[in-house]
Amino acid sequence: MTELSFRPVETAQDVEKTSRPSLSYWQDAWLRLVANKRAMTSLFVIIFLILFAYLGPLVWRADHTEQHLDKTSQAPWVNRNAILIAEEAEWEDVVVADPTGTHQAPMSVEVIGEARTTSVGLKWDAVPNAAGYRIYRHILEPKAGFPLGLPIGETEDRTHVSFQDRMDIQQKTYWYSVAAVDEDGKDFEEFTSVEVRPRLYITVGEALRLGYITDASKVEPGDTVLLDWHPLGTDYLGRDMLARLMKGAQVSLSIGIVAPLLFIIIGILIGSVAGFFGGAVDSALMRFTDFVIALPFLLFMILFMVWFGIEAGGSGIPAMVVALVLLSWPGVARLVRGEVLQIREHGYVEASRLLGGSNSWLIGRHMIPNTMGVVLVSFTFAVPATIFTEAFLSFIGMGVVPPTPSWGAMCNDGIRTMEKTPHELLFPALFISITVLAFNLLGDGLRDALDARLRSRE
Amino acid sequence: MTDTLHTSKPPLTASPGWQLTKFAFYALLLCVALLLLLGFLTEKFNVGATSTSAVNFEKNTITLSLTSEPPQMDSTRATDMVSGMLLGHIMEGLIRYGPDNEILPGVAESWDMGELAGTFYLRKDAFWSNGTPVTAHDFVFSWQTALNPATASQYAFVLYPIKNGKAINIGEAELDSFGAKAVDDYTLSIELEQPTPYFIKLLAFFTYLPINKEFYESREGNYGTNAEDMIYNGPFHMTRWVHDKDVRLEKNEYYWNNSETRLDAIEFGYITPDPNTALNLFATGKIVLAGLNAENIERALTEGWRIETHSDGSVFYLGFNHREERPTSNLNLRKAIQQVCDPEELVYKVLKTPGNIPGKSIFPVWLRGVNGFFRDEYPGPDHKRNVASAQEYLQKALDELGLDEPPSLVFLTGDSAFSAKHAEYYQSMLKEKLGIEIKIDKQIFKQRLAKMTSGEYDIVAAGWGPDYDDVLTFGDLFTSWNANNRGLYHNEELDRQVEIAQQSSDPKTRMDAMDRVQHILYEDAAIIFEYERGSVYVFDDRVKGVTRRSVGTDPDYTRAYIEEEVDS
Amino acid sequence: MPRYIGMRLLQGIFTVWFIATATFWVMHSIPGDPLESEKAMSPEIRANLEAKYGLDKNEFIQYWIFLGNMVRGDFGWSFEHENRRVNDIIAEQFPVSATLGILAIVFAGLGGVLWGALTALYRNKWPDVLIIILVILGISVPSFVFATVGQLGIVTLNKIAGIDVPVAGWGTVWHMLIPALVLGLGTMAFLTRLMRTSMLEIVNADYIRTARSKGVPIAQIFSRHQLRNAILPVLTVLGPSIAGITTGGFVVENVFGIPGLGKYFVTAVQQSDYGVIMGTTVFYGAFLVLMVIIVDLLYAVVDPRVRLNK
Repeated sequence: MTELSFRPVETAQDVEKTSRPSLSYWQDAWLRLVANKRAMTSLFVIIFLILFAYLGPLVWRADHTEQHLDKTSQAPWVNRNAILIAEEAEWEDVVVADPTGTHQAPMSVEVIGEARTTSVGLKWDAVPNAAGYRIYRHILEPKAGFPLGLPIGETEDRTHVSFQDRMDIQQKTYWYSVAAVDEDGKDFEEFTSVEVRPRLYITVGEALRLGYITDASKVEPGDTVLLDWHPLGTDYLGRDMLARLMKGAQVSLSIGIVAPLLFIIIGILIGSVAGFFGGAVDSALMRFTDFVIALPFLLFMILFMVWFGIEAGGSGIPAMVVALVLLSWPGVARLVRGEVLQIREHGYVEASRLLGGSNSWLIGRHMIPNTMGVVLVSFTFAVPATIFTEAFLSFIGMGVVPPTPSWGAMCNDGIRTMEKTPHELLFPALFISITVLAFNLLGDGLRDALDARLRSRE
Repeated sequence: MTDTLHTSKPPLTASPGWQLTKFAFYALLLCVALLLLLGFLTEKFNVGATSTSAVNFEKNTITLSLTSEPPQMDSTRATDMVSGMLLGHIMEGLIRYGPDNEILPGVAESWDMGELAGTFYLRKDAFWSNGTPVTAHDFVFSWQTALNPATASQYAFVLYPIKNGKAINIGEAELDSFGAKAVDDYTLSIELEQPTPYFIKLLAFFTYLPINKEFYESREGNYGTNAEDMIYNGPFHMTRWVHDKDVRLEKNEYYWNNSETRLDAIEFGYITPDPNTALNLFATGKIVLAGLNAENIERALTEGWRIETHSDGSVFYLGFNHREERPTSNLNLRKAIQQVCDPEELVYKVLKTPGNIPGKSIFPVWLRGVNGFFRDEYPGPDHKRNVASAQEYLQKALDELGLDEPPSLVFLTGDSAFSAKHAEYYQSMLKEKLGIEIKIDKQIFKQRLAKMTSGEYDIVAAGWGPDYDDVLTFGDLFTSWNANNRGLYHNEELDRQVEIAQQSSDPKTRMDAMDRVQHILYEDAAIIFEYERGSVYVFDDRVKGVTRRSVGTDPDYTRAYIEEEVDS
Repeated sequence: MPRYIGMRLLQGIFTVWFIATATFWVMHSIPGDPLESEKAMSPEIRANLEAKYGLDKNEFIQYWIFLGNMVRGDFGWSFEHENRRVNDIIAEQFPVSATLGILAIVFAGLGGVLWGALTALYRNKWPDVLIIILVILGISVPSFVFATVGQLGIVTLNKIAGIDVPVAGWGTVWHMLIPALVLGLGTMAFLTRLMRTSMLEIVNADYIRTARSKGVPIAQIFSRHQLRNAILPVLTVLGPSIAGITTGGFVVENVFGIPGLGKYFVTAVQQSDYGVIMGTTVFYGAFLVLMVIIVDLLYAVVDPRVRLNK
């Protein structure tokens, strides 16, 4: 028999026409992903977040490091109308003659000049037999027999009958109470209160410097100017929250996405190899995994900081990514290995092997795609976890350097002021939640798209 | 998951939903059972308080919380404030501080103190909580133990004023050459190394507390680790110490002056560093005192709680690195930074809590001077922010340093939430006013200390708390021989003034010298005075007679009592 | 089987030894001096302390001494709590952490399986959406917030209902409930997601189809096949989680004033407390190795197809 004895079968043309062009696995997956509305929306959200981080600062030009100590922890909706005044006057103590009479509390307490958010000056008439006065500040109207509020200051002489409060004054109603104190420092029973509502003031010089007015001769004290708007409020040091969230997005998104991506890849590789080959390979790799899980993270983080030679004020981000990648993969590796152990027992794997599939083909084509479900779940959970790890490390000086913000660090700051000024926690937490939600939904979409078994169903 | 194969509706009990409900039911059952079991076990093995009220009238007990677990109660080794506070209640030294910080006789009934030697006559009715008398030997033993190199006590230096104290500690002299000797059981003679005018005040410090030798040795190295590993001679004795959980002190019936102790017990029922937790405990009526911070003051105001302030005695400052290779060794650069700093702005806008006092001197306001308060007699340098003058200084500094633009400086600080804000405040302020770039170096505790010691910084946020009630506890901080002078500041005039104050026993001479010190520090811009730390706290005003102190046992509940309920 | 377990235990001992060795050398090579203190020490006092802790010896000798002590189960003295042995610290604080941790793990495990199954069952319907949103909230908000909010919740509840549930402390069943929930929250959220995913994958597995076409009641398929198989990844995660959670949580312990072991893991590193660092790391490592072995054995119980390596 020669070769010619066999004639190749004519390739059948147009015998059976499939209704759609044949698609590769990846093309098909992509099409299914695009068809998934939720996943696509999530994808756009993620793109938006990235734009927010990198293009945002070009649009919203507020400086994320600039501090405004006169408007700290300001809510977005706070009144921004400031009254112009000439230069601040020097504060002078009011001293009166030794009083006579029998009264126990000052007859009256009054505000000197205007009550400002920068300072509130008080004066009162002297009380005989007093050793001094104690001044309280309250946010509710004080009642006799109840505490008078925050002891904001003391004077040590009954003839000194004035006090200037500059302690973190906000635009809201305060009640100042003045009580005379005796030699032992105990308050007299009676007190006198005054209700004060400090307003926002700005000196002409300051307004000029900040560019609210251009010509000092065109304005008069008493005019109002509208101060800068902070759409998401300000933080503890009066910095613009929106600008900080944008800057913080750069840190949090890059760390929160890059580190998990890298360690998940390592985890997949080690996990699938261990699960697939089993035996001694599995044993060795899994014992190594146990070893890595048990290493004290913080200690190794410090080690990497030293290795990278990070100097004072230098960013610890590279060291942090390395530490995260090198120490965080075991969780994924264990999960993937567990999945692979199950998958390799499936019939189709055996079939593929009998058809001559190489090990790398089996791992790459059958094992890894089928572990995508758990891998994507791990990834979406690793994102916020990494963001918070970064915040914790930055907190103890091993991450981003101040004043560079990050979402996690802003959250940590916000937690402390949660009750008083919730916006400082709300906004960064919201951004993290949105990011996590987007990755979750996208992850779900991806999983569905990559899952070959779902092909027939949807 | 929809199932299209089954067209007929399956019975409810066969649906997955039903299966899940069953699962949920069993899961819940399991959780509750486990909870009850663990709860039962915990309660069974639990020692200590579980639920207490802040003030218990029937039991004449008050409850408080601690911010941290005391590392140990061995007075020769204690270093921290929590241990110091507890030791102040359960032990008594030769003297103790009274409600107005006056010196009261403690175990010593009376004493003759000369310039270089003194004799202390111990009371015969002072007993340990196991009934044995407190003798002069107990003091000598305790002090020798602290000085013994094998003990490795960090606070041994407090005993150096006693003759041969230092020599013993560094292993150059034998224990029996020690300057403190028990003449008999109730007479203690002390020789000093050199005149130490404040020596009597030192005796209230915890390293000077007595320890019973026989008992100490019977514990074989475990002294001070548990309530039963100690005996007590103070107004209270410790009856329980569950690590990291709670400490209970009860009135010590063996205490010689127990008629002055009015509480039957003090329960430190909680150990938590979280200020919000402490406030929540206060809110639910579990503890009588809780610290406030800038963020939760409003809550305290809304609730109508009594708020008080207290100065804790420590002084905070920015320390410069005076090593030659550092730009901060340049006087004009330091002056420039000093001139733009505004302690008032820092206190009012950054710290935001009353109780803190803008800093004007290394000496806090509560220190005593010649007759009255030191700072009333010697107000200290006048400081006001002056940006124009600062810029002049900066220009001079740049000329001297041969720089075109301001150098960037490393600002070393700690890892607390506040230290970050504090550093960022200076970073922004110095950049805006002087164009100086600040690199913030946040470090965890031990590494910050290591960097301070090795000099890897330009500016450091630092503070100093008093060890004893005398100007020198702050005054000698920047002498060239003080190991705490980690910035290596050196000024011969200052050293000389401190020597004068150390050697003289005339108050006026000493205070004059200290006045020079505070001016030198300012003129030389050796450090920048920031603030004297204060705290704001809520307090249950049914408890009276509590003493707050800037130095010594704080808060001091030894004479506290519960006010009778007026109504009911 | 016994041979397999013996083999694993032997490997475990080596793993722990590696962990201890790596930690020891890293600890000694990083800056941060355990003897530094706020108030500076004279060189003489320092020398005294070094002698006490054996830090004056060559590091290799220190390592040998450490290994010798470790074999005898002795981790020496704490640097921070000077008169306490590291063994005592672990023995006293671990039971508390373990109690809380077991509760948290059971909450997390059962909750995760339940919610996960529920979401898979009602895929893309409102229970699914609701639970997933809660899960996302659960992981996007730091646990500190939950702890704080939980505590505020108790305060408010006490006030409204006039009851006396403790906000902090330890000792009764009431001290455990909220802290355990907060502690288990993150793990529960993760397990929920994991469970949902693996349930959905199994829905389409061949044997489920086979069972279904054979007419096996859907409920039986659900509980016998789906649930059982989907639990495998949950088990995988639980192993290390048990070790992690039962050795304590820094945040929860701090906020609720619980006398557990968790805070020592963090503070020991911050304070360079050599004794406690080594003690806690080795303890945790040994515990983890044990948990992993147990989980691997459970694997074989749940899924007979998974063959244990001979």
